[in-house]
Amino acid sequence: MNAARWPREHPEANKLLHISPDTGRITDKRVEHLPELLRAGDLLVVNDAATLPASLQGRTEDGTPIELRLLAREEEGTWTAVLFGAGDWRMRTEDRPAPPVLSVGARLLLGSLAARVVEVLPPSPRLLRVAFDAQGAALWSGLYRSGRPVQYSYLTGPLALWHIQTSYAARPWAAEPPSAGLPLTWTLLLELRRRGVRFASLTHAAGLSSTGDALLDARLPRPERFDIPASTVEAIHAARGAGGRVVAVGTTVVRALEGRAANSNGILTPGEGVTDLLLGPGFIPRVVNGLLTGVHEPTTSHATLLQAFAPLPLLQEAAQIAEKLGYLGHEFGDSCLVLNA
Amino acid sequence: MKLEGKAVLVTGASRGLGEALMKHLAWKGARVVGVSRNAQEMEAVAAALRAQGHEAHALAYDVGDKEAIYPLVGAASALVGPLDVLVHNASALGPTPLPLLLDTACEDLAHVLEVNLIGPFRLTKAVAGAMAMRGGGVVVHITSDAAVSTYPRWGAYGVSKVALEHLGRIWAAELEGTGVRFFNVDPGDMDTKMHRDAIPNADPATLARPDDVAARLLTLLERAEAVPSGSRLEASRLEAA
Repeated sequence: MNAARWPREHPEANKLLHISPDTGRITDKRVEHLPELLRAGDLLVVNDAATLPASLQGRTEDGTPIELRLLAREEEGTWTAVLFGAGDWRMRTEDRPAPPVLSVGARLLLGSLAARVVEVLPPSPRLLRVAFDAQGAALWSGLYRSGRPVQYSYLTGPLALWHIQTSYAARPWAAEPPSAGLPLTWTLLLELRRRGVRFASLTHAAGLSSTGDALLDARLPRPERFDIPASTVEAIHAARGAGGRVVAVGTTVVRALEGRAANSNGILTPGEGVTDLLLGPGFIPRVVNGLLTGVHEPTTSHATLLQAFAPLPLLQEAAQIAEKLGYLGHEFGDSCLVLNA
Repeated sequence: MKLEGKAVLVTGASRGLGEALMKHLAWKGARVVGVSRNAQEMEAVAAALRAQGHEAHALAYDVGDKEAIYPLVGAASALVGPLDVLVHNASALGPTPLPLLLDTACEDLAHVLEVNLIGPFRLTKAVAGAMAMRGGGVVVHITSDAAVSTYPRWGAYGVSKVALEHLGRIWAAELEGTGVRFFNVDPGDMDTKMHRDAIPNADPATLARPDDVAARLLTLLERAEAVPSGSRLEASRLEAA
């Protein structure tokens, strides 16, 4: 499947593949048809994380060039991150030279920021926990001054911050965009609202999707932080109670809701937490009825998650149809709605 | 709206009305972020509030700069959480002494529009969607009598404020029902550096104190749900604290 190589000018015109698991129907639609595919009383749950400029170019103290890609902020004010060797997004991640092996205490000079390694994490010396010298406003100002959006070599140019935010983005928790929500314009959202579709949001720290290192990639996604407001839990209970469907916008929303519910005997409660839940065939969702997501190759971890909502043969058939119809993949690509009609 | 615990961003907050707003909001228990081009002055205002035990942060950005908008909103949201209130107070006056339109360089008019109109438009775009998704929020445009009365030599500034007010009304109409409210607030003539730059000979005794205007603006925020979105309000007619 080809990648979309740049953000789309008119995302409502993006393709949308509607998969109905109960009937086995696969229909080629557009994102702008979403209001016809949802009903009054349905609840759309989005991930309102803003996307950080998580890529920091810099060097070690002895002058070796490196790139640090932030994964997530940890509770003690440190950050987990993946270390890359020289080069940048223009090179495929798997072609990047290996970075130096660092020990605890090693310092990194990252543009206007400086950091030190506080822990080297399994399974790879590239997976680090770092602490920045700066804190508070100075840290965030520095991140926005020296950081760049994480992006990959299939794109045709450097991204700006405004390319990687959803139209409702709030706290900068995501290292890469919660991309399922990128096609949702306010024209579309207000139309949905007019038709009685309700919205709720949660914040989930979407991490990196690829490191170019098979050992590290096999461990993605790492445990990710989420925050589910009480109002969202109430909205979910109200929607389900009235026979409405809960539709997650993106796999991060699925992991946050199902991960939270799984930790308390299937009952969703509000609050902050961390999920390492990996959905797949055999997992029975307790909260989410369907999801809006991107189009993915059947072998990716995203696609494995979809098997909790639809059988693999149907997903494979859908992937073939998407390929044939010229659907584009990756973060700026086309969309897929997995929801019983 | 109860201000305690609310996340607020005030632009142009290193002095004048912006500084007064920072203080009054912090004293009410709001979590405030102030932004100004003047990094040191802005940090001094925030540091003084923190020394009193309040939560206040300083960011140094030019709201007229397109590249500054997402860093500003990202940093502010990281520090105090998703924004509940956004006050567009930062304003450019244009060149002083204020020139007639025929003597105003088009670049100077364009600059005033960039800071007073386009900047607030970009900043609201980066914030109001999050507010609408969460079902609530207040956006305030600080405007001026120069948007209503025809004052010679106030062309660039006056035009920018008229446009800003209409922008506020259209925002309000488009987001009706989402819980996001827009207000255009005319603070009246205040004893500030901007006023001294514009009218050096004004008698300070005839000017409102920024402190008093800020207190009145807070009473508006506290009863925001009862005021029609898109309204134009004069600070002198708002309740005193």
